[in-house]
Amino acid sequence: MNGALPRAGSILGTPSARAGLLAITAILLFGALAPLALPDPAAQPDIVSGALQPPSAAAPFGTDELSRDVLARVAAGARVSLTVAAIAVALAMTLGALIGIVAGYAGGAVDAVLMRIVDGALAVPRLFVLLLLLAAWERMPLVALIGLIGVTGWFGTSRLVRAEVLRLREEGFVHAARALGAGPGRVMFRHLLPNTLGPLLVAATLAVGDVILLEAGLSFLGLGVRPPTPSWGGMIYDGRAVLTVAPWVSIFPGLAIIATVLSVNLLAGGLKAALSPRDA
Amino acid sequence: MTTLLEVKNLRISFPGDAGTRVYPVDGVSFVLERGRTLALVGESGSGKSLTALGMLQLVPAPGRIEPGSVVRLGETDILALKGESLRRIRGRRIAMIFQDPMTSLNPVFTVESQITEVVHAHFDVSRGEARDRAAALLEEVGIPDPLARLKAYPHQLSGGMRQRVMIAIALAGQPEVLIADEPTTALDVTVQAQILEVLDGLRESHGMAVLLITHDLGIVAGRADRVAVMYAGQIVESAPTASLFARPSHPYTQGLFGSVPRLTGALGRLSPIPGNVPPPDAWPSGCRFRTRCPIVHPRSEQAPPLLPVGPDHLIRCWLAEGPE
Repeated sequence: MNGALPRAGSILGTPSARAGLLAITAILLFGALAPLALPDPAAQPDIVSGALQPPSAAAPFGTDELSRDVLARVAAGARVSLTVAAIAVALAMTLGALIGIVAGYAGGAVDAVLMRIVDGALAVPRLFVLLLLLAAWERMPLVALIGLIGVTGWFGTSRLVRAEVLRLREEGFVHAARALGAGPGRVMFRHLLPNTLGPLLVAATLAVGDVILLEAGLSFLGLGVRPPTPSWGGMIYDGRAVLTVAPWVSIFPGLAIIATVLSVNLLAGGLKAALSPRDA
Repeated sequence: MTTLLEVKNLRISFPGDAGTRVYPVDGVSFVLERGRTLALVGESGSGKSLTALGMLQLVPAPGRIEPGSVVRLGETDILALKGESLRRIRGRRIAMIFQDPMTSLNPVFTVESQITEVVHAHFDVSRGEARDRAAALLEEVGIPDPLARLKAYPHQLSGGMRQRVMIAIALAGQPEVLIADEPTTALDVTVQAQILEVLDGLRESHGMAVLLITHDLGIVAGRADRVAVMYAGQIVESAPTASLFARPSHPYTQGLFGSVPRLTGALGRLSPIPGNVPPPDAWPSGCRFRTRCPIVHPRSEQAPPLLPVGPDHLIRCWLAEGPE
């Protein structure tokens, strides 16, 4: 397949990839359409007698200790978690592709300096860096959190793209492009970049799963998405105090995380198989 | 006859062992004339492809073109150009097609976008105009149903079709000089003939100068106006095609024709040249062919210059001065 983008048909060649895509689509629709059908996730209709109600017809996922509807909050959390993940991953992939292409195509000293920076960055645990920054910057806005997750997430991607570029730069079409008058910028972004999109797409899909877990973990520690903005990690944190009497407050956001990450990874597996038919 | 492009004393060096430099292209000179084809013939490792890359300043690092080399296109000294002005020559005035049509097209783009890219790179035309030109180019290189083929991806085309597309891309800049580096090596014999036919037709209709690089003397006959034979980084024989085929005069050329003289054995039997082209750091002093030459000339320890053996027929061999 030569690193090119696969066709839709071949991505969905395996049942697990089909299930992954289907589930992801369902979760996206659920998050997007929930405000039309579900109560306001922030509403506290009856904080005295309506709190910690078990799942029922009125509130299928039950209510939390402030009488808020857990189903509506899981849906709102889907919007937040998936938006954070999508933007942060897009940022990380853009940075990774840019730096990987420049390093791979320029070679020499540029490559050496960029890759040593990447080696150094990969040696520092990402979670600790984020914890430190979040602890230092109280009341960090959501945009900054997304930015931080993005700029700490491109190192592996840049290596991946660099390796692809090293493989591709001696291909005939790169020589041909240069012989026909293409400059370095055109060769890198018009000829090499599109040929790395396949592996990049797999990496991005896997990264979405990672970032959802990372954001949930940070929010669970009370450092990620701040209340009252609902996030899955934050909801599990909120529910821990009432875990024995109202487990549904934590269980449903937990299930949402599992379902989302699992389906994203299944989809990534399908993409990977479509891109390298010999490994499938 | 008008000289379009002149290559004079082109030398390309690479770093060798312990600070020395080796010269895989060592003093190559030839001229390309409008509407004519020059064939550059030689084995792998003779420096013919590197010569072509040098003409466009595309020598791969860490190689470099030595000072004193000249590549002149009309009034333009190509080796003095840099950056933007150099890119305006590549593809626009000198275009190049490569050996392997399987890898020379970008797998993720349609034929149309790969041709129009070159059109847009060199001409200020609208998208519609670029598309029309792309279709006309495909027609010109003999691709049936060009409008449908514009939408094809490279993997949907056969090898011969891909090479035609490569030629169409090369023509998109309307170049004066076309360098074809082993354009048919990767193709079936029947397809080879078709591709050479296309190149021939285009040379005539566009008045292009063609540099045909090949290891195959068979495709040279009847196509090239002149042949230059390369060995070990130098041109060892240069002659009009008819003269070269009638009277190959350098022992290496004779070896290429499979008819080394003074060898005993049945008449007409093929006799390959023993050994391979030595690597550039192992070239013998004096005549570079002497380690494989069936004739030992007393002066072979001195490097021979190009010497005349007939009208416009030169060989780099002391034999030109008469029998030893």
